[in-house]
Amino acid sequence: MEQFLQQVVNGLSIGSIYALIALGYTMVYGIIQLINFAHGDVYMVGAYVGYASMSFLGLDFFTSLLVAMAACTVLGVIIERVAYKPLRNSTRIAVLITAIGVSLLLEYTMMYFVGPEHRAYPALPGFMSHTFHFGEVVITMLQIMIVTISIVLMIVLQFIVRRTRLGKAMRAVSQDRDAAQLMGISVDNTISFTFALGSALAGAAGVLVGVYYNSVNPLMGILPGLKAFVAAVLGGIGLIPGALLGGYVIGATETFVASIGFSMLRDAVVFALLIIVLIFKPSGLLGKNVREKV
Amino acid sequence: MNPRLKSILAKTAVAAVVYVGVLLLVQVGIIDAYLQATMVTICVNIILAVSLNLVTGFTGQFSLGHAGFMAIGAYSTALITMSMPTVLGFILGLLVGAILAALVGFLIGLPTLRLRGDYLAIATLGMAEIIRVLLLNFEFSNGAAGLSGIPQFVNWNWLFVLTAGTIVLISNFLNSRHGRDCIAVREDEIAAESIGVRSTQAKTLAFSVGAFFGAIAGGVYASYFYFIKPDLFGFMQSINILVIVVLGGLGSISGSIIAAILLAVVSTLLQPFPEIRMILYSLVLVVLMVFRPQGIMGSRELSLSLFSKLLPGRRQTRTKVTAEDAA
Repeated sequence: MEQFLQQVVNGLSIGSIYALIALGYTMVYGIIQLINFAHGDVYMVGAYVGYASMSFLGLDFFTSLLVAMAACTVLGVIIERVAYKPLRNSTRIAVLITAIGVSLLLEYTMMYFVGPEHRAYPALPGFMSHTFHFGEVVITMLQIMIVTISIVLMIVLQFIVRRTRLGKAMRAVSQDRDAAQLMGISVDNTISFTFALGSALAGAAGVLVGVYYNSVNPLMGILPGLKAFVAAVLGGIGLIPGALLGGYVIGATETFVASIGFSMLRDAVVFALLIIVLIFKPSGLLGKNVREKV
Repeated sequence: MNPRLKSILAKTAVAAVVYVGVLLLVQVGIIDAYLQATMVTICVNIILAVSLNLVTGFTGQFSLGHAGFMAIGAYSTALITMSMPTVLGFILGLLVGAILAALVGFLIGLPTLRLRGDYLAIATLGMAEIIRVLLLNFEFSNGAAGLSGIPQFVNWNWLFVLTAGTIVLISNFLNSRHGRDCIAVREDEIAAESIGVRSTQAKTLAFSVGAFFGAIAGGVYASYFYFIKPDLFGFMQSINILVIVVLGGLGSISGSIIAAILLAVVSTLLQPFPEIRMILYSLVLVVLMVFRPQGIMGSRELSLSLFSKLLPGRRQTRTKVTAEDAA
């Protein structure tokens, strides 16, 4: 039982991080139907910015988190404006290849400047490495903070999307771009705003992963990026609650598979789960089947 | 002379010139060991790109898992030739790998090809990742260390036969009834179904044929480069193949061939600058897609009529016609 609870705690913390990254994928997909492969690398850049501001600028954890989020917001908007906007009316596969190009560009530019080696995150202040013992279950302050920060960010996101004018514009553009434009919504600005939001969340996830695993490297974005995308598809792509659910399902599956001794196979299990869900419910766990019109 | 016969003759002539030309250059020693390795990479990439083009360019099914089939072919060929180091073993390895990959393609394709667009892409990506992780964990594949000391059977003759064979077989497939079914499915699946094309059958067939040739490319790779490991067939490899197909032009076999050669040349030229190689490569990718999203060839093929259009005589008559029109 304790073993199980411990896995639940671990699954929740890693799942929160996947969910944060998956939100960016799902919002971008919802609005321009693009698998933004560069998203995983925005998350990597966030981890490095957090690292730099903690170890070189000597800022504390929360300020670094905000700095990383701000930097990623700017990066996300630049990527959208420079690489994706000129392709608004091209085929989707061309945009996808561009996204892959941007992803490689971020990875290898980062590698050029910081070198390919792993770097350890600076030590955290005392209170964050505190641990709590509940019987056999050990919860670190860090895990509590990861889950709390993720949930707070998700609530903020939900507020922005549901309650503000910009959120309304986002929902309108994702439903019907042309109609939204006719209603006087600036589609380009709305898309940029979506990228800004998603990238900010990815930046936060980067810093959280950096402190959780205590290591960053320029290629760290590839696999978590893929898995976060899997999470978004699993929950139903384009749906914000779907990304959350998917993130937590993937996190739980991974920790569970690792805990019963098959940690080498956990990526395969995650992808197998995805294929099974797609076969039986192609629109994802929370998605509705859309009938095709001729 | 009938234009079809003329075109076949021209293509055979080009193939013969390439075959004899390379043979002579190898004999003379201009193509050294390094260039030979580049040549093998080019041919492997041509086979991969042409077979993926069948799935993505001609049938319109977006697959991100081609490296998985390549891995099946590579491991089958490696394991069989290592226990049976004869030419017969090599042929057997290629065939077993190709048939196995076609079977896996069929089994994966049957349920997942119902999915549209990006969902299919992500399902095939998942399949390739599963194959890679399984190879990392199986006893026979020797885990992350991979297999080394694979007997080398691939020489220029084999390379030429397999590459040209793939191109000929796939272009003939596309001209057949089944190939036209595939193209109809790409153009409009619902319209194709309404005139009696079995779209699932067409898609699964294209996917299995693509997998078959993808595995052949893997076998050639394994047999030339002595050494394979699961990480060679990861997500990045699938992306590389897709990049060749899209750069060449979706739905253009000659585009895939040109792009495979072009990328190999670019990567050879960039070899002296390893630290900025990938940066330049990705910049080229982004710039090309922004300015020429349809790829080098679009969906056209390099053909005799395209060349004759470029001849000066024709162009003059063409301008005359437009001048008359204007008048």
